[in-house]
Amino acid sequence: MELVERLLNGDKRAAAKLISLVENEDREAAEVLRELYQHTGNTHIVGITGPPGVGKSSLVYELTKVLRKKGKKVGIVAIDPTSRFTGGAILGDRIRMTELSTDEGVFMRSMGTRGHHGGIAKATTEAAIVLDAMGMDVVFVETVGAGQSQSMIWECVHTSILVEMPGMGDEIQALKAGILEIGDIFVVNKGDMEGTDQLVKELESVAEYKAMEQEWKPPVHVTIATEGKGTDEVVSSIEDHLEYLKESGEYQKREEERTKGEFTRIVQDLLLKKAFAGERSKKFDQLLKEIIEKKTDPFTAAEKLLEE
Amino acid sequence: MMAMYDKSKLDEIEKELKRWEKECLGRSIETLPERDRPFITASSVPIDRLYTPLDVKDWDYFEKLGFPGEYPFTRGVHPTMYRSRPWTMRMFSGFGTAEETNERYKYLMHHGETGLSVAFDFPTLYGYDTDDPHSEGEFGKCGVAISSLKDMEILFAGIPVDKISTSMTINGPAPVVWGFYISMAENKGIRPDIISGTIQNDILKEYIAQKSFIFPPEPSMRLIVDTFEYGYKELPRWNTVSISGYHIREAGSTAVQELAFTLADGLEYVRAAIERGLDVDKFAPRLSFFFNAHNDLFEEIAKYRAARRIWAREMKETFKAKDPRSWWMRFHTQTAGVSLTAQQPYNNIVRVTIQALAAVLGGTQSLHTNSMDEALALPSKEAARVALRTQQIIAHESGVTNTIDPLGGSYFLEYLTDYMEEETYNYFDKIDSLGGVIPAIKKGFFQKEIADSAYRYQKEIEENKRTVVGINDYATEEPVKIELLKMDPEGERRQTGRLKKLRESRDRKKYESSLDRLRKAAEGDENVMPAIKDAVHAYATLGEICGVFREVFGEYKDLAIF
Amino acid sequence: MKKIRVLIAKPGLDGHDRGAKVVARALRDAGMEVIYTGLHQTPEMIVEAAIQEDVDVVGLSCLSGAHMTLFPRVVELLREKGAGDILVTAGGIIPDEDVPKLKEAGIAAAFGPGTSLEEIIEFHKKNAGK
Repeated sequence: MELVERLLNGDKRAAAKLISLVENEDREAAEVLRELYQHTGNTHIVGITGPPGVGKSSLVYELTKVLRKKGKKVGIVAIDPTSRFTGGAILGDRIRMTELSTDEGVFMRSMGTRGHHGGIAKATTEAAIVLDAMGMDVVFVETVGAGQSQSMIWECVHTSILVEMPGMGDEIQALKAGILEIGDIFVVNKGDMEGTDQLVKELESVAEYKAMEQEWKPPVHVTIATEGKGTDEVVSSIEDHLEYLKESGEYQKREEERTKGEFTRIVQDLLLKKAFAGERSKKFDQLLKEIIEKKTDPFTAAEKLLEE
Repeated sequence: MMAMYDKSKLDEIEKELKRWEKECLGRSIETLPERDRPFITASSVPIDRLYTPLDVKDWDYFEKLGFPGEYPFTRGVHPTMYRSRPWTMRMFSGFGTAEETNERYKYLMHHGETGLSVAFDFPTLYGYDTDDPHSEGEFGKCGVAISSLKDMEILFAGIPVDKISTSMTINGPAPVVWGFYISMAENKGIRPDIISGTIQNDILKEYIAQKSFIFPPEPSMRLIVDTFEYGYKELPRWNTVSISGYHIREAGSTAVQELAFTLADGLEYVRAAIERGLDVDKFAPRLSFFFNAHNDLFEEIAKYRAARRIWAREMKETFKAKDPRSWWMRFHTQTAGVSLTAQQPYNNIVRVTIQALAAVLGGTQSLHTNSMDEALALPSKEAARVALRTQQIIAHESGVTNTIDPLGGSYFLEYLTDYMEEETYNYFDKIDSLGGVIPAIKKGFFQKEIADSAYRYQKEIEENKRTVVGINDYATEEPVKIELLKMDPEGERRQTGRLKKLRESRDRKKYESSLDRLRKAAEGDENVMPAIKDAVHAYATLGEICGVFREVFGEYKDLAIF
Repeated sequence: MKKIRVLIAKPGLDGHDRGAKVVARALRDAGMEVIYTGLHQTPEMIVEAAIQEDVDVVGLSCLSGAHMTLFPRVVELLREKGAGDILVTAGGIIPDEDVPKLKEAGIAAAFGPGTSLEEIIEFHKKNAGK
């Protein structure tokens, strides 16, 4: 495949085209991914999540700048929601990162969720594979700040950063919703605002709690991303976390979990496709009609659909 | 409170109105139904069929209107208004080099213009010199390029700046460009306390709408308060800010949003200056405003009247200003550029006439009328003259200047004025709940409100809920034949040549030490104006001076809110 | 499933983004993915973004009059980078007399003042991704 070859040589246009292939679920996509898979496994995938408006994009921008100074190549996959009604989306994450556009060692791609849940796009993992194969040292995955359902990010990253800001009034809610469970690193952005100390304290106590269950205690950092303040420390923690993962054997575990998630999704996808393929789609419509007419129930119908 | 109508009269009107609706209107509407299309203003405010005393029934004349020149100034800021002197006819202009624009100013003055208004090009607005890489392709396109004191001197060569006032649309680099102007006058032997004019200097609306900002909000606010302080001490006849709704409206806001956001910005400046320790009655009389005049005649008139009333109340009640000159709102108006069509450009003359009339009926202090060709390019000489003549015809032929606030007391207009006021206070509450103007900017509140309105307006046109003549109705296929402005193609080369020469010939030591002093002033908390003037006189360029500020203050990035 | 992807960018210094945003929203509502780059973009930034985002169309908006310098430069750079297949459209205050010159420079369409959103959407549906 010409595109794959070009990608392995660092060609950005090829990378972009390949991501489009996987994103559009093009027929060639599976083949491409098969070919790319052997070139992957060298990238540190870092997820950035948190409520809308906390400054995730600005943070990614500043973290990238720090990594670039260290000579690391950085990939960014930024996800924004697709409208359920029109299928369209405005993808605005580049706005905070325009200066990175012309940096040779950075590749950034915006994606719409295209109906996928969990704060990520369906092709997020696949896009990360492409960037991994391209030779990126770090890939940031910036999720939709969806609130409760961000847990999907866990399945496709090695390190997850949870970003909060003071004065959102939902600190406690976040705890309840269990979002904090996923953070390996906590960041309080817009750290010049009132309520920073309070939020830091709350996150510290969550970190303490987590340290009782695991060896890694999530560090809490205060940043002002728009001014580049505190970002060096976050990058150090990202590196520390990778080291911890590798030394503790946790890396292997996460890779396995990540792979399991990936594999499960691929299987689900295939099953879904099969469920709707060819004759089955007619059968689906027929069964649906029967359910609506109360001639059968959805449980029986589903089994029937997948028979043979 | 003392209502203007007694109860029995109102009851009778109400009864009669019901009768009329049933009998007279009811019959008529059967044979001649009203149109399907909604009855809404240009800002989509629904308008009723008829207004009567019932719509202003609790109304107190003294609370709502008063007399011209007195609190709450609803009817106008001067006791005589246009009976003494018409508004200042001030045409916003500037293009290419200082030489070309100087010639245009003399042309406009020759044709009866009574005040000057400088349009700067984009590099100047962003504090870049003409030879900066950021300036590529932008030289002189949207205004005149002014990179140094030298350029400012050429711009005003042969113009009596002690006799005519000058308004300058400049924001991020306002203190520097003001420094150029003051120094230019000084070099002509004119004392600063004699000269009069306005710097726009309104950074908040830049974050909200116009997007010609340089520095983040906090240092920008500091620079603005510096100019307030310097202004009342050294240039008592200068308006140190022109708090602008114009650009908010052009970016797509409604009339109410324009009014509310502008006043909120104004109140924010007052708060910032008081926080610095300035006496409100010292700086407030030099605050001025700048509004848009859009197509909807009554909505616009109501907007200006409500603006004066709200401002007077806030200054008196909230900020406890004592000098009546701190209460009054003086404002400049410009007709709505966004309303002009590139198709059938002559129609724009009519639009501008209606808009200008709204500004005059609303009691504006000065007025710019757009030229018919401005949806296509900068105005040609001839188009600018027609626009100026439009003002002169309104002033001298239409008769609207004979009496003050001629529409005051109209049930409809007074209802609409009250409506504007009420909606403005609703927005004030929202802004407060977000923590004030600057936090609301950082949260993208204003930007989102404006983007939503802009999109709704465009959709209304697309869905034929409103008509724009020549666009979605009455369109013609004929090509536009109109003579557009041509600029001197050699202008940019001459300007960069001049800059190069200036940099080579200035006193290097003086220049360097002036920038050092400027940096110290910026880093500390002394007023920056004296240091700016030093640097200007040492022929430091705009880009060099703003470069120091950029290093000290950092740069702001737009949030791009949808 | 393929979606039409459009990059909307404002080259140059002017901050007049009303039109760019209205068009971005309209294209989104027509089911497209719109990447908005914001203000003050250099042609180099725009071209890099267009390539990485693998867009079908780049929509440029400029109201300062600098379009004759900046727009052709975007087309040129795209071609240099082997991405000449990406369509480039122009919006803003563009006098009629400039339109043929822009087309000659490779701009696929110019949407001047008064253009309806419908016309812009139709253009994208018809020409994008070919």
